[in-house]
Amino acid sequence: MSTVIFQDIFFLALLIALAIPLGLYIHQVMDGQKTFMTPVLAPVERLIYRVIGARPDDEMKPKRYAFAVLAFSLVGFLFLFVLLLIQGILPLNPQHLRGVNWHLAFNTTASFISNTNWQAYAGETTLSYLSQSLGLTVQNFVSAAVGISVLFVLIRGFIRHEKETVGNFWADLTRVTLYVLIPLAVIVTVLIASQGVVQTLAPAHTSTTLQSASTVTTHLGPAASQVAIKQLGTNGGGFFGANSAFPLENPTAFSNFIEMFSLLIIPAALCFTFGKAVKDAKQGHTLITVMVVLFVAALAIITISEHSLAPHYAGVIASGNMEGKEVVNGVGASSLWGASTTAASNGAVNATPDSFTALGGMMMMFLMQLGEIVFGGVGSGLYGMIAFVMLTVFIAGLMVGRTPEYLGKKIGPFDMKMVCAMILAPPLLTLIGTAAATLAPGAASWLNNTGAHGFSELLYAFTSMANNNGSAFAGMHTNTAFTNLTGGVIMLLVRFIPIVATIFLAGNLSKKKIVASSEGTLSTSNLTFAGLLIAIILIIGALSFLPSLSLGPIADFFTRL
Amino acid sequence: MKLSQNAQITDALKQSVVKLNPKTQVKNPVMFVVYIGALITTVLFCFALGGIHGPGERAGFILAIALILWFTVLFANFAEAIAESRGRAQADSLRGARKDVIARKLKSADNPKDYTEVKSNDLKRGDIVYVAAGDQIPMDGEVIDGAASVDESAITGESAPVIRDSGGDRTAVTGGTSLVSDWLIIRITAEAGESFLDKMISMVEGASRKKTPNEIALQILLVTLTIIFLVVTATLLPFTGFAAGQAGRGAAISITIVVALLVCLAPTTIGALLSSIGIAGMSRLNSANVLAMSGRAIEAAGDVDVLLLDKTGTITLGNRQAAEFLPVPGVEEKDLADAAQLSSIADETAEGRSIAVLAKQRFDIRGRDMSKLNATFIEFSARTRMSGIDYTADGQANEIRKGAADAVRDYVTAQGGTWPEACDELVKQVASQGGTPLVVVRNKQVLGVIYLKDIVKNGVKERFGDLRKMGIKTIMITGDNPITAAAIAAEAGVDDFLAEATPEAKLTLIRDYQSKGHLVAMTGDGTNDAPALAQADVAVAMNSGTQAAKEAGNMVDLDSSPTKLIDIVRIGKQLLMTRGALTTFSVANDVAKYFAIIPVLFFLIYPELARLNFMRLTSATTAILSAIIYNALIIVALIPLSLKGVKYRELPAGKMLSRNLLIYGLGGLVSPFVAIKLIDMILTVCGVR
Repeated sequence: MSTVIFQDIFFLALLIALAIPLGLYIHQVMDGQKTFMTPVLAPVERLIYRVIGARPDDEMKPKRYAFAVLAFSLVGFLFLFVLLLIQGILPLNPQHLRGVNWHLAFNTTASFISNTNWQAYAGETTLSYLSQSLGLTVQNFVSAAVGISVLFVLIRGFIRHEKETVGNFWADLTRVTLYVLIPLAVIVTVLIASQGVVQTLAPAHTSTTLQSASTVTTHLGPAASQVAIKQLGTNGGGFFGANSAFPLENPTAFSNFIEMFSLLIIPAALCFTFGKAVKDAKQGHTLITVMVVLFVAALAIITISEHSLAPHYAGVIASGNMEGKEVVNGVGASSLWGASTTAASNGAVNATPDSFTALGGMMMMFLMQLGEIVFGGVGSGLYGMIAFVMLTVFIAGLMVGRTPEYLGKKIGPFDMKMVCAMILAPPLLTLIGTAAATLAPGAASWLNNTGAHGFSELLYAFTSMANNNGSAFAGMHTNTAFTNLTGGVIMLLVRFIPIVATIFLAGNLSKKKIVASSEGTLSTSNLTFAGLLIAIILIIGALSFLPSLSLGPIADFFTRL
Repeated sequence: MKLSQNAQITDALKQSVVKLNPKTQVKNPVMFVVYIGALITTVLFCFALGGIHGPGERAGFILAIALILWFTVLFANFAEAIAESRGRAQADSLRGARKDVIARKLKSADNPKDYTEVKSNDLKRGDIVYVAAGDQIPMDGEVIDGAASVDESAITGESAPVIRDSGGDRTAVTGGTSLVSDWLIIRITAEAGESFLDKMISMVEGASRKKTPNEIALQILLVTLTIIFLVVTATLLPFTGFAAGQAGRGAAISITIVVALLVCLAPTTIGALLSSIGIAGMSRLNSANVLAMSGRAIEAAGDVDVLLLDKTGTITLGNRQAAEFLPVPGVEEKDLADAAQLSSIADETAEGRSIAVLAKQRFDIRGRDMSKLNATFIEFSARTRMSGIDYTADGQANEIRKGAADAVRDYVTAQGGTWPEACDELVKQVASQGGTPLVVVRNKQVLGVIYLKDIVKNGVKERFGDLRKMGIKTIMITGDNPITAAAIAAEAGVDDFLAEATPEAKLTLIRDYQSKGHLVAMTGDGTNDAPALAQADVAVAMNSGTQAAKEAGNMVDLDSSPTKLIDIVRIGKQLLMTRGALTTFSVANDVAKYFAIIPVLFFLIYPELARLNFMRLTSATTAILSAIIYNALIIVALIPLSLKGVKYRELPAGKMLSRNLLIYGLGGLVSPFVAIKLIDMILTVCGVR
């Protein structure tokens, strides 16, 4: 246990230590300032603008920005959808895989456009190398870049005053991809490829086993490059069906550490970007503190549960709950990964969540159900968190006898509407999606388990999709027309409703004056506020999901006692 | 003519039933959900009587739920009605003042004899009327000729008559008030239906009470929570159905329970009290004799962080008092006191009297026989800026003058006298202490200086200190010169001051603060204050002020008291705090309600969940009934708080937040556990199972 604790502390300490410089660097990128990468990348950046015909200083009003985001995503959607349908007749398909059926193609496209990476398919047996690299990997980059761009817009809403515009989408998108995502992805690709993650265009390798002389197919492909961005961009869609539990996607303890680390680094760094941008580092520190506190609490519960609540067998040394876990990772690193991947809206797995203990699995579900704001998706996690901050400010601000304000911006009815849209979408879609599934004919037959655990499987699946997480509990047959269609629609709604709301919120904020702060202003960067924010997040999360969790993991836990 | 307490309650009870009209209910979305829930459970009860009900469900239970929900709705209605009833009582007495009278309409202002009689309701803007002692002023207007004392008790409740005259800052008259003496010629400025009294009636009655932006934003938050809970509870129907199938035990929960659960979880406490908090805030303002032109203005008052306060009346007592006699070298202090007393003996102003009092205290100089002196008093005039006395003593003609230093110096030098330098020193010394120097001269000889002291009101320094703790800056506005102003500012503990203030300087000051992101409040009365009033975020016009000032402001202070601004800020903050505190309380309550209900709710499907029932509630029936009974009763219990507002103290934001969180957050978390357990015990004793 002590090595597990040491590993967790080391992980978090290193995360914060590297998040600070990265966060400050991202701030420079957001501002269009000169960075140490500028000499290399500026010509490329200019070339891109010339090709797409964009002017980076062409400031957009919120409506235009939102339209650009939606248009860009729609084009990406159509491209990927068609690509998946017709991959059978396209090159780079050494396995001669056929085109994907329409509802699975729809679900997969929606999943990757929305930075969810819910996988109703198994990559190695369904998708060609072309679909993986030109389709999915591209979306892994740009869907992440869209999330960060929208966060930039919100940040501008706070720092600008009496302005109508919120930035230029094409410039944000290009800069984030070029200056942040690609360089980081290169580093991570090299690091994990060095550990043995495959990176090849060669077809699957067939070999004969020594034991029974049967043939075994080992699927290969350009995995390392895609795995790097799937972690960094909080995407989570594995190259292989088994995701990072598969040796060719995550072979060693070191690669495991790098992959875990890279799935939290950008969301963590963005908190510091925020603090720097609003010229009050403490604001960023408060947000990261709240995230870390919630994360550590969940991690502790998962780890303890996995460590101590596993079934005991007479005559067998207690080893913790090792079912569905890789020996190289053990209980500790699997728990840490489990917490990280659900805290961030990543969804990559290195163990089978279905095999986690009832409470361990519940905490992973609960981290998602909070709305993917504890780190959360790149960009989207922080703007989701800021929505909760504004909600908290609204209630607490009134209690100090002033109309509520955050960072000098008064929160009016319109702002509140947008904040509520951001907060409402995930829980509503989770519950409605799960309810629809329970009513669907034959739902029980999709599940591997009955009883409370069966309900958990269903709830987990829709929780994952309706929070753009994408991790699968497994243990549920997800490739059906029903789940593909409802899931696809849910993923798109839960991604784009908050995005549009955030952009319009930012537009409205940037029009406002900045109110001076005084002794009478509610501080949003002290411990009282952090505590209150945690309370509000937990209360909203608990109130929304306690009943359904009671029917799933909580009942599961008690029936097994 | 106020309604008695009992009459108000009876009236509110009646209104609670009247408000069951769906058209009224739909305006409050949270309570509308309860209303619909009550309707649904009532219908379910009727079905149950007819034998149609869920497995194991009892008609009596459904009836109990339906009744409690109806009471919840009625309690919410009552909360609003009782808040409104105070305003209605006030409006009724105002209506009494708004009688239709016959007015004497003049053809021209020059000839009061030439008039036609018209009904006050038929008066048009611009009409000129003549009003004499004993008459009621027919409509709002501006005095264009005459001066009179007016009884404004109908609107202010203050029985002492006030002076209204033409040309100055006291020209505005209000319809419904009456003349006690003399006569006035008035130009009408408002028509029937839009007069000050009409506005006042509709404001106090809440008829024109629009929801304020903050109230709307809070409403959005409450609706959001309600939507979440609606979906949470509604999805429990399929969830429990599915789970029952999976577990092979139990059944889907009933609609009655879903409704009950929804009502428990929806923020009904704040939903029910939100509108009464707003109305009560407005009525507290009205009780302070301040009339806000919109609810928005009260909220802005809570946000204000810069107060522009007039020195006179707010910071200092209106009258300066003689504090010291400072003779120039070579003159006895007693001699100076004697001359000062003599020159002030007929001076009836407070300053003049205070000089006589000081002379008596210091040297026992008393009144003297004026007839022997053959005295002529010289009154103060704006031109000479001196007053004094000419008299004969011992056969010699004397003249004494006292006044501002520069005026007296001109007088002395013009007479060929010498102006001692020591006098300049004294003048400077007095000014630097915040006093007003009056130089006394007898027959060209400068005797010395009377130190007139501005008396800073008791307790203002502490008050401003408290305001500063809350982050509110106080700025003193005065016509004094900068040296005097600085001294008084230091003594009173204000943060800043504006000396030699002109209306333009005030306006610039306000704009300046606003551009730095501050919200500014000020009081004003004169027409030349109007631009600054229009610019300020909270602008309180004195009721005694001009029409222009009243129109530019967003509040009118019927008492015309300069200290009112501080009370207005308090009322604004208290209103917002009450809203926040009750919202927090309401949300915190949900946690306990969940713990009461959830463990017993799925008991039939997963009996193991009973382990979570650490409150040891008797059964699912008593648990649900206890929770919704608590939910209904807490509304009634909090009505007094919503009307009075939460306790207000001048504290910094951080301390205020911790305090309120402790009371309403922690209190809201703990109290329902206790109350629900108690109600459950009572129900159990009563035999409910």
